[in-house]
Amino acid sequence: MSEHALKPALFGGPSMRENLFLGMTFRAYLKSLLTPANAIAAAILLAGLPTIAYRFWKGLGAVTNLSQTNAWGLWVAFDVVCGVALAAGGYTVACAVYIFGQKALRPILRPAILTGFLGYALVLFGLVVDLGQPWRLPYQFFLTPGTTSVMYEVGWCVFLYLMVLGLEFAPAALEWLGLVKLRRLLGSLTIGIIVIGVTLSTLHQSSLGAFFLMTPGKLHPLWYSPFLPVFFFVSSLAAGIGMVVVESALSHRAFRDRLDPAASVDLDRITLSLAKGGAIVLFAYFFIRLQGLVASGRFDLLATGWGAWYLFEMLGFILLPSFVFAFAARRKSARLARIAGVLTVLGVILNRFNVSLIAFNWNVPDRYVPSAGEVITSLTIVTIGVLIFRWIVNRMPVVNEHPDWRGAH
Amino acid sequence: MNLNRRTLFKLAAAAGTAGVAGAAATSRASVVPAALNARGVLVDTTRCVGCRACEAACAEANALAGPEKPGDDTVFASKRATSPTAYTVVQKGSLKSPAGEDRFAKTQCMHCVQPACASGCVVKALEKTASGPVVYHADRCLGCRYCMIACPFGVPKYEFSSATPLVRKCTFCAERQAKGLVPACTEVCPSGALQFGMRADLLEEAKARIYTNPEKYVHKVYGEDEAGGTSWLYISDVPFESLKLPAGIEKKSYPELAEGALSAVPFVITLWPPLLMGMYTFSKRRDEVAAKEGDGRQEERHV
Repeated sequence: MSEHALKPALFGGPSMRENLFLGMTFRAYLKSLLTPANAIAAAILLAGLPTIAYRFWKGLGAVTNLSQTNAWGLWVAFDVVCGVALAAGGYTVACAVYIFGQKALRPILRPAILTGFLGYALVLFGLVVDLGQPWRLPYQFFLTPGTTSVMYEVGWCVFLYLMVLGLEFAPAALEWLGLVKLRRLLGSLTIGIIVIGVTLSTLHQSSLGAFFLMTPGKLHPLWYSPFLPVFFFVSSLAAGIGMVVVESALSHRAFRDRLDPAASVDLDRITLSLAKGGAIVLFAYFFIRLQGLVASGRFDLLATGWGAWYLFEMLGFILLPSFVFAFAARRKSARLARIAGVLTVLGVILNRFNVSLIAFNWNVPDRYVPSAGEVITSLTIVTIGVLIFRWIVNRMPVVNEHPDWRGAH
Repeated sequence: MNLNRRTLFKLAAAAGTAGVAGAAATSRASVVPAALNARGVLVDTTRCVGCRACEAACAEANALAGPEKPGDDTVFASKRATSPTAYTVVQKGSLKSPAGEDRFAKTQCMHCVQPACASGCVVKALEKTASGPVVYHADRCLGCRYCMIACPFGVPKYEFSSATPLVRKCTFCAERQAKGLVPACTEVCPSGALQFGMRADLLEEAKARIYTNPEKYVHKVYGEDEAGGTSWLYISDVPFESLKLPAGIEKKSYPELAEGALSAVPFVITLWPPLLMGMYTFSKRRDEVAAKEGDGRQEERHV
C-alpha cells in the first residue's frame, strides 16, 4: 500500500516530524502520496463526504431509498450489522493468543486488534450517519435508558468494547510514542482487558441477532429462528477467523517494506493453523443453522425460490468454506485457506444481508434497493478505515514488533 | 500478571456484582404495565359506513394536514397506509357483506398491551401508559427506527424528509384522555362503529355481539390475542384479511420473543470472566511445564 516508506529504519527518525512523514521531507512525503490507489480513495471521499453532509442537511429521504416499509437499509445492514461481525477478528485472535495460549498467532494479533478497533469506530460513524438525531445517542446511557431493549445492551457493549479495543491497541501507540511507563502499566493489565473484551463481544455479537427476534412475520421463516443470537455469535467467530486470514494476507503483501527481516514471520503456517479453527467453527455453525431449520420444521420452504437462496448461503458459503479450510489444512495449502477465508467473509456478509435486508420484508411488494448515495456513503466509510489503517501501520509497531518490546504483552 | 487465588476471587466478585446489576436491569424488562384493564376501542366493522369522519377528526385533534380528498370515495381504490401526516386511515374491504354492503376498517396504532415498539426503544421515547395509550416522547427519540422494524402492524411512520425527523403515529388521544375527553375519532363516529371504553368490558361486548348473532359475525375478535393482545379490538362479518388487517401476527407478546436472549446477559457477564480466566491459567501452566521440561516450546512470558 503506497504511502511509500522509503526509509532505512522501521521506526521513524530521531524527531516526531520525521516519524510522521516517514523519514521524508514534507514535500517528498506529499509527492509519495500521488499514487493510483490514493486517487481512487480521493475520488470516493470527494463523492462520499458531500453526500454525508447533504444527508444531514436535507434528511435521510434526500439520500437514501428508505421508505415507511423499509425503515432500515444498507447503512444498518452493511455499516452496522456487517461491520460488527467483520470486526470480530480482534476478539477472536486476542482470545486465541492470550486465553488459549496460541502464541504462534502473535504476529497477526496487533493487525487484528487494529482492524477491530477501526471497525468498531466506523460502525459508530455509520450509526451516526444513519440515526435521525444522532446527537441524542448519549440519552440511552444516562437520561432515559431503555433497559428493556436489546439495543440498550448492544449500545453499552459496543461503547465499552470500543474503549477496550482502544486499550488493547494502545501499547502499539505508546511504544511508538516512547511512553515507557504507561506502556508497562498497560502490559500488566492485558489479561483483564482481554477477558472483558471477549465477554463484551460474546454479548453484543449475539445480541445483534436478537434484534430480529421480534420480527417473526417480517423475516423469512428460513432465516428467522429463536436461535438467531446463537447463530450470530458463532458466525462472528467464523467472520473473525475469515477476516484475519484475508486481512493478514493483504497487509503482509501491502506492508512488505514494514516487515522486520530479522524476525521472519511464517504467515503460511499461521494461516494454516487459522484454517483448522475456521473449518471447525464453520462446520459447527452449519449444523446449528440446520438445527434452526429442524426446529422450525419448514422443510417445505426449501422447494421455493427462497429455499434455493437459503441453500446457496448454507452450502456455498458455510459448508463449502468449511471443507476448503479443512482441505487446505490437510494439504498445507495456505492459498486454499485464503480462498476459504474470502468465502467465509462473503458468507457472513451474505448472512447479515439476508437477515437484515434481503429476506427481511420478503413478503412485501415494496422491495428496497440501496440508492447510489447509500452505496457511496458505505464505500466512503470503508475507505476512511483503510486509509487510517495504512497511516497507523506505516508508523506504529503493528505488522512488526518494536525492537525494545519484543515478546512483551 | 501473576494470577493468584486472591486476584481470582477479586475478579469473580467483580463479575458477580456486574452480573447482579445486569440481572436487575433485565428483570425490569417484563414490567411493561400489563394494562389489561386499561382503555380500548371496539371497532364493529359491520357498522362502519366508510365516511372517514374519524380521519378528519384525527387530523384536527393532532393539528395534521386534513385527510386525503375528503368525501371522495376514489381514495379507496388502492390499499391505504397511515403516514407521518395521517395517523389513521380507513381501508375498504375487498369483499362485500352477505347483504351486499361495502365493508370498511379504520386502521391506526393498535396500542398493544405489551408493545414491541416500546420494549425495543432504547431511549424510552415510546412508552406504554397504564391507562392504555402507547405514547411518544418526541424529545427523546434518536431516530434508530427500531420501532418500525419491531412493530408487527407496521404502524410507526418516520419523517424521512426532515433534518430533525420524528416518529409519527396515533397517540390514542392520550392528552385528551388525560383531560377526561374521549379520543377524537370515537367522538365523531356517526354510525357507532367505534366504541370507547375499558378494554375488558369491550372484549365482553364484542363476544356478546358475536354470540347473539352467531350467523352474522366471524367468530373471532381481532386484537384479543394478536401480539399478545391490543387495546383496539375488531369484529367483522367478513374475513379479517379482506379488511386488509395484518394477517399472521403471532398470538403472543412480542417483547417476550426477545426476553430469553435478554435474560442470558447476566449469565454471560457472570460466567464468562471466571471461565476465561480459568482457561488462561491452564494454558499458562501448560507453557510453564513445557518450558521446564525444555521441549523446545520455551517462550518468554513477560507478565
